[in-house]
Amino acid sequence: MKQNLTARTVVIVAIILACVFGIIGFPRSMADLEKNWHDNIRLGLDLRGGTRLALQVQVQDAVKGEADIVINRLKDDLKKQNVTWSDISRNDPQTVQEADNVQISVKGVPATQSSAFRTLISDKYNDWVLTPTSSTDYSLRMKPSEVVALKRDTVEREIQTIGNRIDQLGLAEKSVQQYGRSGDDYQVLVQLPGVDDPARVKELIGTTAVLEVTAVTDGPFASRDAALAAHGGVLPLNSKLVKSLPRGGAEGEQWYLVSRNPVITGREMRNARAGQDEFRKWETDFTLSQDGGKRFGAFTGANINNRLAVVLDNNIVSVATIQSKIDDSGRITGLGSEEEAVDLARYLRSGSLPAGIVYLEERSVGPSLGADSIHQGFMAGIAGLIAVVAVMLVYYKRSGINAVLALILNAVILLAAVSYFHAALTLPGIAGIILTIGMAVDSNVLIFERIREELRAGKAVVSAVDAGFGKAWWTIVDTHVTTVVSCAFLFLFGEGPVRGFAVTLVIGLIANVITAVFVSRTIFDYELSGHRRMEALSI
Amino acid sequence: MELFKSTNFDFLRWKWPFIGASVVLSVAGLMSIVLHGGLKYGIDFKGGALMTVKFAYPPPIDKIRAAMGQKIKGDVSVTSFTDPASVNEVSIGTELQEEKLLNVNRQTMADVLTATFGQPQSGKLEFNNASQQQLVDRLRDPLARAGVALSDQQLQTLVSNILNFRNTPPRSGLITDFNQLSGVPGVNSAIINTLKQECYLAPFNIRNVEMVGPKVGAELRTKAVLATLYALAGMLVYIAFRFEWIYGLGAVIACFHDTIITIGLFSIFNKEIDMTVIAALLTLVGYSMNDTIVIFDRIRENLKFMRREPLEVVMNRAVNQTLSRTIMTSGLTFLTVIALFIFGGPVLHSFSFALVCGIIVGTYSSVFVASPIVLFWHNYADTRKKRTRSAPAVAPARAEAVRKSPTRAVK
Repeated sequence: MKQNLTARTVVIVAIILACVFGIIGFPRSMADLEKNWHDNIRLGLDLRGGTRLALQVQVQDAVKGEADIVINRLKDDLKKQNVTWSDISRNDPQTVQEADNVQISVKGVPATQSSAFRTLISDKYNDWVLTPTSSTDYSLRMKPSEVVALKRDTVEREIQTIGNRIDQLGLAEKSVQQYGRSGDDYQVLVQLPGVDDPARVKELIGTTAVLEVTAVTDGPFASRDAALAAHGGVLPLNSKLVKSLPRGGAEGEQWYLVSRNPVITGREMRNARAGQDEFRKWETDFTLSQDGGKRFGAFTGANINNRLAVVLDNNIVSVATIQSKIDDSGRITGLGSEEEAVDLARYLRSGSLPAGIVYLEERSVGPSLGADSIHQGFMAGIAGLIAVVAVMLVYYKRSGINAVLALILNAVILLAAVSYFHAALTLPGIAGIILTIGMAVDSNVLIFERIREELRAGKAVVSAVDAGFGKAWWTIVDTHVTTVVSCAFLFLFGEGPVRGFAVTLVIGLIANVITAVFVSRTIFDYELSGHRRMEALSI
Repeated sequence: MELFKSTNFDFLRWKWPFIGASVVLSVAGLMSIVLHGGLKYGIDFKGGALMTVKFAYPPPIDKIRAAMGQKIKGDVSVTSFTDPASVNEVSIGTELQEEKLLNVNRQTMADVLTATFGQPQSGKLEFNNASQQQLVDRLRDPLARAGVALSDQQLQTLVSNILNFRNTPPRSGLITDFNQLSGVPGVNSAIINTLKQECYLAPFNIRNVEMVGPKVGAELRTKAVLATLYALAGMLVYIAFRFEWIYGLGAVIACFHDTIITIGLFSIFNKEIDMTVIAALLTLVGYSMNDTIVIFDRIRENLKFMRREPLEVVMNRAVNQTLSRTIMTSGLTFLTVIALFIFGGPVLHSFSFALVCGIIVGTYSSVFVASPIVLFWHNYADTRKKRTRSAPAVAPARAEAVRKSPTRAVK
């Protein structure tokens, strides 16, 4: 029994040391202690302050974009084969659920050329399924497997791009990941601890896709109506009207007519930097990929003295006159401030988002609320602890000290586990710790009440303690299992703060089984081993 | 000190009055829910945009509501916090809308506040709602011009210290005068003057913004219901496995009863239900199970020794024996939960209220709901058996109960 006691004491001391190390490391000073404490115990967003955004990737944009590319290629191919047509266009589904319904309709292919048309489609466009709708009209839809692959790929690239854009905030910690129960949700979760300016983050992420550099056919006009009027109310083929936002102190908006087919898109953008020209005015320099550079060179070479526009999120950022052939790098000048140039560079550098974004949920906790919450949680914890300790000591006398020691050890193990698992402590998590104090004490109460009963029944002290621990064991297991089951479901279905609560409660309960039974028992045995025959137990 | 040495109350004699009380309380709760037109959902389940703003003086609620109403479509609610820990705080909420509109409204709320209470035309940066990066960018050049030489790293640290001072209690995000900053490490009068030049102090600080779109709101509602149902089912299975199935059923009905009464109390006291409240409900379901199991365990143990006695006597005995433990544990857990309720602050308010109600109701249901159900069933089963065969029908019914109990209960 004595040997057992030493072994057990050693185990307990080892556990205590491991836990304390997990929480505060080997501090050499108070400052060290504080730093280690902050490093090890990670605070959740609701205690640190920070932003949590859930957004949905509008995958239908990517499918539509793919359809647009196919339409352009198809027109070129048909021309080469001398196949005539009257119209090729696509429909415009607006929601994620309708993404599968994107279809291209080809109208006016003469029946005589239908076999040439069909051969062309099956040769070069076998990702698409051709269905004739009449003798001259056809509809093309993407194969289901291809659509699925495209949607998945879009979400991955979107996550990548969002991550890149946020990276430029220089945050030490960020998290961007896909989430949602089924893959059909196309939801992305962005968590940014310590970010106190969610508006800026949303600006940086942007809400819609496309970055394009495209030819300007006409403009500027003072309003959309003026532009339409200048063209007799109908837009020329292949063009669209885009607004230019007022920049650099200019007043009012301007509208331009630009080509629908961009010369280069965000995908070809390699790098971009903010800089100052010889007059100390801000500009953004950019470089393109090889492919993009070739195309850009061909375009600019053929369009000297014409204009082109940089279109971002369907707003013109800059209009410039092509002065010479530009191969793979260029400058966007006339920007209003350093911040504008820097922001533009960031956009260009991080590529365009493959698809638009709709924000589903936003939670941002300011740092002052976080600080208050920590303070309040702490006060509640101390108050609860003092109350419980006081009652235990009064009601169970010296055995109450056992319970208090076990409780403190419980809390230490809990904090250490939080540290080792890198779990984030949230405000409900602190509530979970406080609740654990109350529930943990239950195990001790069960054991002590049993011991009291056995003593009353006339058993000797040692066997009363034995019986007490023994009989209470299965009840303790039962009660802990049910709460753990509860918490398991909370963990599965909850998120963020609620998860933090489930985690701390479960860890606390498991730690409690160890401390209430193993540690408490050891302390009792230690007390009993000192005296040969205990007459009475202070309980 | 011992409060309950050898009590011998006949608890189960009072089962009818207590079941009556339960029914009355449940019905009151349900009626309150009906009268209020449903449960009061928090933003998690209701959706919409919610902004918590702290003011430097008692906030002019009507003025805020009018200003918001002009720019935001739909209902705007402006309420002040009742919790004593939050002074001069209001909660501004818009109703549920489609996500894109919700986003626009959320931004509009911030803009309206700035327009109404701030000085947007002054060209200065608003200090109380500024972020680290905004302050650093704004102050860099002016400080250099004022002759304060700081490396970028030093500037970051200085701003960080200032913001830390602003955010910690008792300022809690709001300062009313730049001179308050004179105590911050690294701040001298030149810096304070620069601040006064470049920034102004709005009388409000946005503490918290939440925006939940209809899609997420629906998801959270589903998750809450599923979590509760699964948890109850899981526990039913576990208890049916460890005891007889009727014990499992009794325990689950007791927990269900706790949940209904707690939700009813929420409705009567007009408290909001959000995801953390669901967490509290699940916790007290677990906790109520604890209590019930302890009593059932004792009943099972006593059945072994008290074969001759009727089930009601055995149950009473078990409850009396565990009374001390039940009161102690409930009392202690209640103490910690009351500490949470009083000190925990407004964010946890609904959560701790749920726990406070739940612990009281849960303890009481273990004795007066769970055990009577088992008792009723066994009596019912006994009477049926008495009709089908003569002779000791009491023994077989309880022999079943005994068979189920594993011998390892006694070590």
